Amino acid sequence: MQGLTRQIARHAIALVATVLLGGLLSAVLMRLAPGFDTDEQELDPHLNAASIQVLKQARIEQHNIFRYYFHSLQRAARGDLGTSLSLGQPVSTLLKERAPLTLRLVGLGLLLSWTVAMAFALSAAWLRVSAYDALTTFLSGTLLCLPAAVLALLAVLWRLPEALAIALIVFPRIYRYSRNLLDKAYSQSHILTARAKGVGELRILFWHAIPVAAPQLLAVAGVSVSIAVGAAIPVEAICGQAGIGQLAWQAALARDLPLLTNLTILVTAVTLLANSGADVIGHMLRGQEA
Amino acid sequence: MRSRRAVIWRWLACAVLLFVVGISLAANFIAPAGYARQYREVADAPPSHQHWLGTDEIGRDRFARVLYGTRISLLLAPAAALLSTLVAALVGGLAGYLGGGWARAAMAVTDLFLSLPWLFLLITVRAVMPLNVSPLVSVMVTFVMLGLLGWTSAARVLCATASSLRGSDFVRQAKASGIRGVRLFWIHVLPNLRPVLYAQFWISIPVFILSEANLGILGLGVAEPLPSWGSLLQELEGLVSVGSEPWKFVPLLLLAVVVTAFQFVLSNQEELAA
Repeated sequence: MQGLTRQIARHAIALVATVLLGGLLSAVLMRLAPGFDTDEQELDPHLNAASIQVLKQARIEQHNIFRYYFHSLQRAARGDLGTSLSLGQPVSTLLKERAPLTLRLVGLGLLLSWTVAMAFALSAAWLRVSAYDALTTFLSGTLLCLPAAVLALLAVLWRLPEALAIALIVFPRIYRYSRNLLDKAYSQSHILTARAKGVGELRILFWHAIPVAAPQLLAVAGVSVSIAVGAAIPVEAICGQAGIGQLAWQAALARDLPLLTNLTILVTAVTLLANSGADVIGHMLRGQEA
Repeated sequence: MRSRRAVIWRWLACAVLLFVVGISLAANFIAPAGYARQYREVADAPPSHQHWLGTDEIGRDRFARVLYGTRISLLLAPAAALLSTLVAALVGGLAGYLGGGWARAAMAVTDLFLSLPWLFLLITVRAVMPLNVSPLVSVMVTFVMLGLLGWTSAARVLCATASSLRGSDFVRQAKASGIRGVRLFWIHVLPNLRPVLYAQFWISIPVFILSEANLGILGLGVAEPLPSWGSLLQELEGLVSVGSEPWKFVPLLLLAVVVTAFQFVLSNQEELAA
C-alpha cells in the first residue's frame, strides 16, 4: 500500500514538473520565434503615436521570459489561458467547445483499435497457424507504411467514420506490441510445461499467457493514448471535424503560438496522465502477483 | 529455412531501395524538363505518351515531380536521421557514460519530449518557424527540425547501452590504466555504441519519411514548387473517389513500397536497437 502511494506521488510530481517545464519551454519558443514583439495593429494608419505606444507598453511584460511565464501561470491558475491571436476568442472557451468531440473520437478510436488488435493478437497466439499470422502481420505492416494523414484522406474518400480512421492508425502499433508480448509469454517455461501436461489452449491463453503479458499491455495502453491524440490532428484536419486536433492544425498554420502552446501543455498532461495511470495499475497488478 | 527466406526478402528489399534511389538520382536524365515546367495546354491531363502519370492542375508533369520528390525525400530523410543519431549519441551516450545526475537530467528532458505526441510536437515547432520561406529553406527547416526533434527514443536506448558499458570490465581496466575523460569515451565507449547507432540511424529513416509526408499533406512541409512525397500526396485531397484517377496514387504506392522495403531491411536492426 505504501509502495503504491509512493508510486502515485512520484507520478504526480513528475506530471506537475513536466507540465511546468513544458510551459517554460513553450514560453522560450514563443520568445525566440521570428516575428516576436511585433504587432500588425501598429501598421494601422488610423492609430496615432499614443495608441501605438500603448500597444508597445502592453507587450513589455513579454520581454522577460520568466516574468511572462510567472504571470501566465498566475492567470492560468485563475482559469485564464489567454486569447487566441487568430480566432480572437479566449483559449479556455475554445478548449471547452472542442474537447468533447476529440475525446469522443479518440475514445471510440482507441476502443475499436484495441478490440480489433487484441482479437487478432489473441487469435494468432491461440491458432498458431503461420498463414493467419502472415496475413495479420501483412495487414498491420501495410497500415504502418501509410502516413496517418493518408489514412484520414482514404477515410474521407470511402466515407468511413473518423473514429475508424483513428483506429486504423493506432491498430497496427497495438497489434505488433501485443503480438510480441503474447509470443514472449508463450515461450515461458511454465506455459510449455502446462502444454506438455495437456492443459487446453484456451485455459493456457487466459490463465497463463495473458496474466504474464498484462502489465506490459497496460504500458502499451498508456502509449496508445498518446498515439491516438497525435492521430487526431490529421484526422480532424482532413475530415473537417472541429476538435482539438483541427484547432492545433489551424493554430500552426496561423502561427497562433499562445493557442498552440496551451494545447501542447494540455496534450502533454493528458498523455502523461494516461501513461502514469497505466503504470500505477501495472504496479498494482505486479503487487497482486507477488 | 525461415531465416533463409528472411534473407531473400531482405536482399529483395535492398534491391528495391537501390532501384528507387537510382531512378530518383537519374531524374535529371529521365525527366530533363524538370519538376516546375508547366504544360498549360494540357493541365490536369490523364496519363499519355508525353506525360506518363498525367499532369497536375497547373500543367506540371506528374512523373517528373514524383522522381524529383522521391529524390528529396530519400536523400534528406537519411540526412535528418544522421543528425538525430548524432544528437542522440551526444545526449544519450554521454549521459549514460557520465551517469548520476547527468543521466537523470538528460533522461528528464528526454521524457519531456517523449511525453508529447510526435505530430503535435512537430507542428508546434514548425509553427514557430516562418512558413512563408523559399522552397529550399522550407526543405532545410523541415528536415533539420525532424533531425533535431527525433533523437529522444534513440537517446534512451543509447543512454542504457552506455550505462551498461560504464560498468563493464574493459572500461574499468582502461580506467585503471589511466585512460579517462574524452579519450576513454572516444576510444572505448563510442566504438561499442556503434552497432546501436547504426540501428537507430536506419530505424529513423522510414519514421522521418512518414513524418515529412504527414507534414506535407497538412501544408506544413516542403513549400511549392519543390516536390516531396508529402506535397505530392496533398493532391489526393482533391479526389472525389478512389477509382476516378488511380494514377494520382503512384506517389503513395511508391512511399508504401519504400517504407515496406525499409521494414524488411531493418528486421534485424530493430532487434539490435531494442
